[in-house]
Amino acid sequence: MDAVSIHSRLREKFADRIVSVEEAVKDPFTVVEASAIVDVCSFLRDEAELQFDVLCNQTGVDYKAAGYIEVVYHLYSYSHRHYVILKVRVPRDAAVLASVEGVWKAANWLEREIFDLLGVHFTGHSDLRRLLMPEDWVGYPLRKDFVEPAEYHGISTTRESLLR
Amino acid sequence: MSVAGFEVEVDRGSGLETEEMTLNMGPQHPSTHGVLRFVVKADGEVMRRAIPDVGYLHRSIEKIAEKVGYHGFMPYTDRVDYVAAMFCNQGWGMVTEKLADIEVPKRGEYCRVIAAELNRIASHLLSVGTLILDIGAITPFFHAFREREKINDLLEELCGARLTYNYMRIGGVAWDLPPGYEDKVLAFLAQLDPMLDEHCDLVAANTIFRGRCAKVATISAKQAIAYNLVGPNLRACGVRYDVRRDEPYSVYPELEFDVPVGTGSAGEVGDSFDRYWVRVLEIRESIKILRQCFRQIPDGPVVAKVARKLKPPEGDAHIRVESARGDMGWYAVSDGTEFPYRCKVRTGSFAAMSIIEELSPGLMLADLVTVIASLDIVAPEVDR
Amino acid sequence: MLQQLLDSMIADGTFGALPRDLAYLIGMVAAGAAVVFGFVLNVSGVTTFVERRVWARIQSRIGPNRVGPQGILQWLADGLKLLMKEEAIPYAADSLLFKLAPFIVTIGFITAFVAIPFSSALIIADLDLGILYITAMTSLVVVGIMVAGWSSNNKWSLIGGIRAAAQIVSYEIPAAVSIFTVILITGTLSMQGIIAQQGWGPWDWFIFHNPFTFLGFFVTFVALLAEGNRTPFDLPEAESELVAGFVTEYSGARYLFFFLVEWGNLYVISAILVTLFLGGWHVPPIPWITESAVGLNVLQALTFIGKSYLGVISIMWIRATLPRIRVDQLMTTCWKYLLPISFFNFMGTALWVLIWPAGFRPAEILLTVVGFCLVGYFFVRVAFHLRRSGAQITLSPLS
Repeated sequence: MDAVSIHSRLREKFADRIVSVEEAVKDPFTVVEASAIVDVCSFLRDEAELQFDVLCNQTGVDYKAAGYIEVVYHLYSYSHRHYVILKVRVPRDAAVLASVEGVWKAANWLEREIFDLLGVHFTGHSDLRRLLMPEDWVGYPLRKDFVEPAEYHGISTTRESLLR
Repeated sequence: MSVAGFEVEVDRGSGLETEEMTLNMGPQHPSTHGVLRFVVKADGEVMRRAIPDVGYLHRSIEKIAEKVGYHGFMPYTDRVDYVAAMFCNQGWGMVTEKLADIEVPKRGEYCRVIAAELNRIASHLLSVGTLILDIGAITPFFHAFREREKINDLLEELCGARLTYNYMRIGGVAWDLPPGYEDKVLAFLAQLDPMLDEHCDLVAANTIFRGRCAKVATISAKQAIAYNLVGPNLRACGVRYDVRRDEPYSVYPELEFDVPVGTGSAGEVGDSFDRYWVRVLEIRESIKILRQCFRQIPDGPVVAKVARKLKPPEGDAHIRVESARGDMGWYAVSDGTEFPYRCKVRTGSFAAMSIIEELSPGLMLADLVTVIASLDIVAPEVDR
Repeated sequence: MLQQLLDSMIADGTFGALPRDLAYLIGMVAAGAAVVFGFVLNVSGVTTFVERRVWARIQSRIGPNRVGPQGILQWLADGLKLLMKEEAIPYAADSLLFKLAPFIVTIGFITAFVAIPFSSALIIADLDLGILYITAMTSLVVVGIMVAGWSSNNKWSLIGGIRAAAQIVSYEIPAAVSIFTVILITGTLSMQGIIAQQGWGPWDWFIFHNPFTFLGFFVTFVALLAEGNRTPFDLPEAESELVAGFVTEYSGARYLFFFLVEWGNLYVISAILVTLFLGGWHVPPIPWITESAVGLNVLQALTFIGKSYLGVISIMWIRATLPRIRVDQLMTTCWKYLLPISFFNFMGTALWVLIWPAGFRPAEILLTVVGFCLVGYFFVRVAFHLRRSGAQITLSPLS
């Protein structure tokens, strides 16, 4: 199935919970309401014609100017060999989103990484700890307004240039 | 006398239980393939749980991408997975080309495939070599590395570097193949074949090796897909899926090759032995691909004309490359400036690492090492 | 022999007016030191060098070749380096036991040399309980390893030590039963007595005495490998699993002791096998040479050491080739296979000796032929692999 027909299936099923559909770009995507993400994902996984059995990639992008963080889900189906891209927008200052760990196990670590680097809190996640950064790190490094602290536990985070 | 006919009949996790011991494996441990750490809860030799703790090699490559621009990021991609750096080069090249609508010349694509397949052989050799080293045999490791060294020589001649190649450019590759390169590569491939036979006789036919790998950490196809295992690890579970064949990119549609899958030849489908065996078979497929590439490579330029200050139009793009560790997903967002707005790499080892905690209960301590090596985990790829 | 020498020296007045017992003590210590420094340490050291070169050859490398001609002094350089290194003792370690462990291990290893016969005359003491004594003494090594594992206060060391204990205690049984299979034939435990009943020809060796001893040879070999912590049974120090097992916390000279024992044990294992199964120091009568006592003994010693080193090199070859087995497989191999097989051999040999007390010549000849066919097939395979792998090519852009 191509992106257009998958999107129309989604619209049929979820009507007003689909915020918008973008099909004129390189990778067509659907913007889904934050509250609907788990329902949409379970539907996409379980529907016989769609069967999106794998979560390829889950990314967070911080759109600071627009004031939201976009979580992007790249889904793929091994049985039907088709793609769909879902996007969810959550406000930067209250970045809370339901976890899709119950739908795909792969989301566990991907969501931990997004939590770690972008500070999106996933509700219903089984083990939401920092993944890459130290446990006691302050701030979310991939946010656009993140300022690197001068030191971490007394260790300088900058290095003097050897060229000077 | 079937002294070697091991039957593994351990009563794992029932009956005689003793106090749990917490072992800290890593960050500096001989067989963690880079710097990573496991907190192992063990009951004697049997593990209750192995909790991976990653991040020791986090170099914030994704953040660096936002600061250095499209061309400037290419050398950094080498460091995402330094064992198979060509694929990271290719991934970044492809995602930028998709963002900016750049067409790569045919010869450039062939150069990319040649470099990438050579790199795949090198990476798989390293993987099978370290697996057997972790299981305790030393010689097959040296044999694998001896062959890998020749590939390093070949790649050095191609791009001047032996590990972090920085060979590809947005729109093609940096240099054409050097004169006489074809003969050298074909000579190497001709002697790699019997070497692989020897390796199989020494390792795959070895009863101890089979005993150590068979039925250890079996992953079902369902589990593998749920955890998004990719590449050889997925194929070992019996899922015949290869990005090169099923979502073709570059010149792979013009090339003929098989996609080997795990058959459970030593025990069950999806056990550690299958993961090892799929990699060995893939080396043979790569040899096939390389031979075809040299037959089919056309003349022409190797790199397209690309602006120095590349400013792709606003938008995002996602591509998938079949790296040595499987489907590597590159996601890039452009905001119309000369710096990427966001770049994200989803790597094969990341998924493989996340499944270990589920696999670990009931395995022996020695099996953990087998599992890490058979999943071919490269720590920097997990942490980026 | 030593006693006669000391007696004659005391009679000559070499020791002056010293009391007889003290003279004996000095003589024994001096002889012991001569043996230890003149032979045992050198055997261990040279074995490490041989191992490194043999491995290098197998792994298409060169190996150490810088210290002395062809690197033969490398082991001395390594030993000196380790002796001069700083020794760290972990703060939380049981300091006394930690320091003691290497000595226990070394004692267990060196004392085994007392009863190893190098020729018909060259033996420190031909004990009546020779083979039993060696088995007992080499078992002392496990005590040292356990102490080392425990006292290091490191979990990896502890696991290594416990693995070693479980492994060596288990494999002691099939090894001992197989050794006693040979004792059934000889009726003596003395090392010289066992050798004396064999001959220089392979058909006179106990390995080809009957089908059960033939099988018993392999059982003993495997069991002794396991006792010596050699691949595929090197679990106690499995470097990829346990960092370095029981030696994780050791450094400097104490570390050196453990390695001394490990490599020296190779020789002890081979010597036991050669004594029990491979005809010991027997040499065919050669005119002129074997007629003089010195010539005979030199030739016998060379034969014995040569045979032993053949064993040492095959153990090295095995180590370079085979992966390590897992701890449950280790126990399976011992209790489910080796132990029943060794008991079967024991009973079989007992019956055989009952029927043919003086041996059964046709069976011996047949087994010899079978044995040599196996060796021949082995070399055919080696030749096949050498042919197939072909010549190496060099691709370096610089060359």
